[in-house]
Amino acid sequence: MEKILVCIKRVIDYNVKIRIKPDESGVITDGVKMSINPFDEIALEEALRIKESGNANEVIIVSIGPDDTQQQLRTGLAMGADRAIHIEHPTPLEPIQVAKLLSRIVEQEQPELILMGKQAIDDDANQTGQMLAQIFSYPQATFASKITLNDNTLEVVREVDQGLEILDVDLPAIVTVDLRLNEPRYVKLPDIMKAKKKPLEVLDPVSLDVSLDPSIKVLNVSAPPPRQSGVMLEDASQLVSSLKEKGLLND
Amino acid sequence: MTSDQKVLVIAEHFQGEVISSTSKAINCASQISSQVDLLVLSNDPNLSDHASRYDGINEVLVINDDLFENSIASIMAPVIAEIASSYDYVLAPSTTFGKDLTPRVSAVLDVSQITDIMEVIDSRTFKRPVYAGNAIETIEINQGQKVVATVRPASFKDVGDSNNASVKILDLPSVDIPNHTRFKGIQSEVKERPDLQVASVVISGGRGVGSAENFEILYQLADKLGASVGASRAAVDAGYVPNDMQVGQTGKIIAPDLYFAFGISGAIQHIAGIKDAGTIVAVNKDPDAPIFEIADIGIVADLFEFIPDLLSKLD
Repeated sequence: MEKILVCIKRVIDYNVKIRIKPDESGVITDGVKMSINPFDEIALEEALRIKESGNANEVIIVSIGPDDTQQQLRTGLAMGADRAIHIEHPTPLEPIQVAKLLSRIVEQEQPELILMGKQAIDDDANQTGQMLAQIFSYPQATFASKITLNDNTLEVVREVDQGLEILDVDLPAIVTVDLRLNEPRYVKLPDIMKAKKKPLEVLDPVSLDVSLDPSIKVLNVSAPPPRQSGVMLEDASQLVSSLKEKGLLND
Repeated sequence: MTSDQKVLVIAEHFQGEVISSTSKAINCASQISSQVDLLVLSNDPNLSDHASRYDGINEVLVINDDLFENSIASIMAPVIAEIASSYDYVLAPSTTFGKDLTPRVSAVLDVSQITDIMEVIDSRTFKRPVYAGNAIETIEINQGQKVVATVRPASFKDVGDSNNASVKILDLPSVDIPNHTRFKGIQSEVKERPDLQVASVVISGGRGVGSAENFEILYQLADKLGASVGASRAAVDAGYVPNDMQVGQTGKIIAPDLYFAFGISGAIQHIAGIKDAGTIVAVNKDPDAPIFEIADIGIVADLFEFIPDLLSKLD
């Protein structure tokens, strides 16, 4: 195929313990390590493997976010993407708005395959890929754990609650990927240097003619109720008695 | 409660049964309004009888067609969106079925969507988890806008099954239905142990287990307790167990009644996956392991001495 488009999101790194702002308006991001959403990184890795196996000519990455988002796009370029598109927007958007902005890029670039993570680990919405697929009436395969490219179709193994489902879809298609699809490569220093010279286009969302009026208001972000502090026991017999008392073990 | 608001719940079914996630979505719907209908799209005419028993349902709407044999989102979404035109809310369970399907319905309707409702504050205000449950958002959706949402099953109880709601068979609406997606099969493994996400008892091992061979002792304990076996990301990264056993923010998020953490230090991303567990038991050699801060029961011990001892006490 000619092009694969990979959509990536800048999120708080998965190893960071998030902290909630004292006024409960959101989580603290200042001075916090940010990364490519881990599921999107897996999507990019898959695109690169398809290209390296000779089945795609170009891998394009796109992200929507504040100007710092270019750090994650540069990381994606260092992993091996050919070029990047940054739609610059300072504040979080709703997935339907993200999907519409991305649809403009799909119209421009006409990729045969669009890959992204099944969800972002910040808002956990799990919506954007499916919405983008519906905008074009494209097939979708969510929760992908294996992708096999055939002539003009894609066979995708999906990790669903009931087991592993196999779908065969026409191209163009949208696939949202799960953890077990692959293990992303580490970026090497020379690749970081090379990535600085790769093209990165910055777009103003206004030029893409998508309404960005919010329809959902976040009233408050709070910590979940804390777990009550526990007890320390000495040995297995104490544990067995304690679990029996709680009704968690049968006599 | 605004009783004139109409809620459509999308039924999830598998192998001839409407499944429990549907019942939990109905419970959530009943907290929004008393006007709740259930939509069953399937090729199995017997499903509607089962569906009509759920308490809280006014009417079961049924379309029987072979198109719906395998619950393909791109086929179902335009049909649901058409039926949703006379509803104020569309709810589906927040399972892989609902997550796959619902955003396509939202896109047809051109509305925003709420994922994972965990609490209904009022008919426009909801709580939902973000950052793998490490923060809870309270959100309000604009007045007058159709609400499309998924319902987090772990946050709602099943409704009763003493109802006998009327069943209305609908014709397939005339909408464009694509034929670009073909179902090739599903491998529902006959597993030796219950699935991680539904098991009431889960036993997990971390880097402290030390090797793939050493996981055997955890399997023994699991079989004794009828439990599922999971692992921390560290154990997966070390190659002790396959990826699909990973519990945590980037693995599976689970809520068993009883969770055992053996040789797991308690990295943030692991804790994010178990914080809704009923009782957490942690066994670790290191008395300073962070897992003890969130465990309900902590035991400082060598797991290779502790587990055989525990097994003998369970005999």
